[in-house]
Amino acid sequence: MTKLEDLLTPCPPNWCPGCGDFAIWGAFKNAAVEMGWDNTNSVMVAGIGCHGHIINFTKITSVEGLHGRAIPVATGIKSANHRLNVFVFTGDGDSMAEGGNHFVHACRRNHNLTVILHDNAIYGLTVGQTSPTSPHGFKTKSTPDGNPDYPISPMTLAIASGATFVARGYAGDIVGLTDLIIKANKHDGFALVDILQPCVTFNKEYTHPFFQENTYKLDASYDPTNKAEAIKKSLEWGPKKIALGILYQKKKPSYESQIPQIKDKPLIELPTKKDLSELFKKYT
Amino acid sequence: MINFNPQMEIFSLKIGGQAGQGIKSAGLMLAKVATRSGYNIYTYTEYPSLIRGGHNIMQICISQEKVGAPQQYTNFLIALNQETIDKHICELITRASVLYDSTVELDVSKISKDVKLLPVPFQELVNKIGGSKLMLNTATQGATVALLGGDLQILNDLISQDYATSGPEMIDLNQKVAKEAYDYIQDNFQDKITNILKPLANIETKMIVNGNEAIALSAITSGMQYAAIYPMTPTSNILTVLSENQQKYGFIYKQPEDEIAAINMAIGASFAGCRSMVATSGGGFCLMSEGYGLAANIETPLVIIEGMRPGPATGVPTWSDQGDLHLVLHAHQGDFPRIVLAAGDSQESYDLTKQCFDLADKYQSPVILLVDKNICEGDQSIPMMTSENSINRGKFSTEMIPNYQRFAPSPDGISLRSIPGVGNFFIGNSDEHDPFGYSTENGDVRNSSMEKRMSKIKTLENELPKQQLFGPNVADLTIVSWGSNKGAILQAIKSFDDVNYLHITHMSPFPQDVKTILENAKNILDIECNFTGQLAELIREKTGIEIKNKLLKYDGRPIYPEEIIKKINSLIKI
Repeated sequence: MTKLEDLLTPCPPNWCPGCGDFAIWGAFKNAAVEMGWDNTNSVMVAGIGCHGHIINFTKITSVEGLHGRAIPVATGIKSANHRLNVFVFTGDGDSMAEGGNHFVHACRRNHNLTVILHDNAIYGLTVGQTSPTSPHGFKTKSTPDGNPDYPISPMTLAIASGATFVARGYAGDIVGLTDLIIKANKHDGFALVDILQPCVTFNKEYTHPFFQENTYKLDASYDPTNKAEAIKKSLEWGPKKIALGILYQKKKPSYESQIPQIKDKPLIELPTKKDLSELFKKYT
Repeated sequence: MINFNPQMEIFSLKIGGQAGQGIKSAGLMLAKVATRSGYNIYTYTEYPSLIRGGHNIMQICISQEKVGAPQQYTNFLIALNQETIDKHICELITRASVLYDSTVELDVSKISKDVKLLPVPFQELVNKIGGSKLMLNTATQGATVALLGGDLQILNDLISQDYATSGPEMIDLNQKVAKEAYDYIQDNFQDKITNILKPLANIETKMIVNGNEAIALSAITSGMQYAAIYPMTPTSNILTVLSENQQKYGFIYKQPEDEIAAINMAIGASFAGCRSMVATSGGGFCLMSEGYGLAANIETPLVIIEGMRPGPATGVPTWSDQGDLHLVLHAHQGDFPRIVLAAGDSQESYDLTKQCFDLADKYQSPVILLVDKNICEGDQSIPMMTSENSINRGKFSTEMIPNYQRFAPSPDGISLRSIPGVGNFFIGNSDEHDPFGYSTENGDVRNSSMEKRMSKIKTLENELPKQQLFGPNVADLTIVSWGSNKGAILQAIKSFDDVNYLHITHMSPFPQDVKTILENAKNILDIECNFTGQLAELIREKTGIEIKNKLLKYDGRPIYPEEIIKKINSLIKI
């Protein structure tokens, strides 16, 4: 049983007051308490960006890797010990720019990972440059005359690449977010939770009022198994058109479930001492 | 025409043909006939970066002594096409032989009269048995075994083993083809039969492995559990051996999307407790440089195999070079303990791969093993390997430890390692971190963390093995070199009484005995396959000794014993 205080570390959060990361952190901890995630069953992997600081504030064993490389590190951990819940914390710059290639291929291979994307459409840690999810025309330190590039939708990319659980959450709704993180983790396969979050310091467009005004929750009439519909939904953006909830979910064998070597036991528990005499004979 | 030096007693057999004609497998079969008859072999393959078409050759050097280098001369040429004759007649020694298919129109008019011509109607012989075109190789093998005085039964055994999965009919047909060609030689060229492959009295079982195979087999016996390898010449064959054996021996080989993913996946697997490895060439290692430093900073063991080929960029992709020494010694930003080893042949590839896994675990650090294309792809006969292997994981615990500090200070720089999932909390943090792994920018903690990691090098310096000095302890000339040059140098110094060879296998930390040996050397010659003499530069940096005599080669071709002998002669005469 995990209690909220078990997850506390001596490090106080250093995010800006009002940062959306607080809500994501809170929702993750709530989910951990509800599900009993702790140091005997879970591991966190973060990339580089404001989101990555989460590892200092959450008492679950973790790796803070390199910019854009959280997903391959998590893939290795999951392959080595698939009994662990492996959570990836990443940002829009981390996994859509620097780590775009890894994101696409991890979706394609359907690794059983829970990927939490802190999507604030800005580079906060480097103090305010445009990101792959920033809107066209957006003015930042790197685009003072307005962003000439068009944004990518992480969810569209995930669905097209083969991810089997694709959801969008909002960092103003801790309860809804907790629920999505739990559902994502229960899913057997690559699960993405793209979380819209304000950057109170550098993104003056995507604010809490903007999200509260323009997002809505998908209701029971929405069918998340319809891929074409999900792609269409994932591309919808604009006044009152931003859908929250599970956009797409499909049953498909995860990478880890297809590897015969780890069918009965995790890789780390397999014997390392091997008799190769039969194999050596092939070389005589 | 090159004069054969009988002192060398190395018989050079060469097979040439088009890419796709099965030169490599045909050559390997003959090499196995040689080792099963008690001889040592070394093979050298040249091929362009093509799948079909283009000129391929394989040289098999056969000797009663150990042999570790290609030769410039050829004693016996098997020509499957005209190009083989045109390109290689210049290498034929007096009384060499050329075996070719007389049913194919080949122009042999330019071959010297001192060379024995052995036309055999291979196509006809195969047709007579009802074999397919693919069996031409078997026919040439049967004829070669006959001409070199070998035992047909040994070839038949190899055919049974090689075609085991193709069924008894294929085995039978191939054996009949081999016998037909064998008999043809007995009937028509009785006077040309030699005793090169005559089985020796005491035959010790040997394996034939190239460096890639030696590395892969060593990794499996060393308890490697996870390998992520993106294909790249010349190390791709490592992944072939690993992928086909992963289910049987219980480990995972994964083909990643790129080398950046490869190293990060392997780091993840290692962090979670698996012995892990990656393998690549210089270009792939450039992409891995980023992850290399991550492994060092989060103190996660990792074995990195780097098989060199000529750069920069795509360079000369299917040839050999030793130009990546500086790259691996200096890759990644900042200071961290750098452990770099370099193998010189198949046996060393096997031994040092195991050593790399143990060092990686003991020092909780990435460890690089440098090899080159000649090692990776050159087959060599070595004594039978054994699976008996002690696996030392170093300071490693899967117990739950109260108030666990993953990066706790320690005089040797090495802390007790744990893995996720056993209840211990810690952070593998790419940021500078305190003993728990929490991020810090505190100057004092930065200093103590840096000093802790760097103190591993001091610990390791004290347990480095002595570097090997071959030949007399005191000599007029001391050759210093590394990597695949070893074989050619060992062969060359046999012709001299007063030349010795210092073979360097440990590049970082730099072995202290090198300085002592070189300080006492009367005259030093540095031999390397790169433009700048990177080992000589490293020696100067670490010992202050400047080596003026150099034999440097960077055309992608191996160094031949003949070239070394010429260089030694030029220096000794001074």
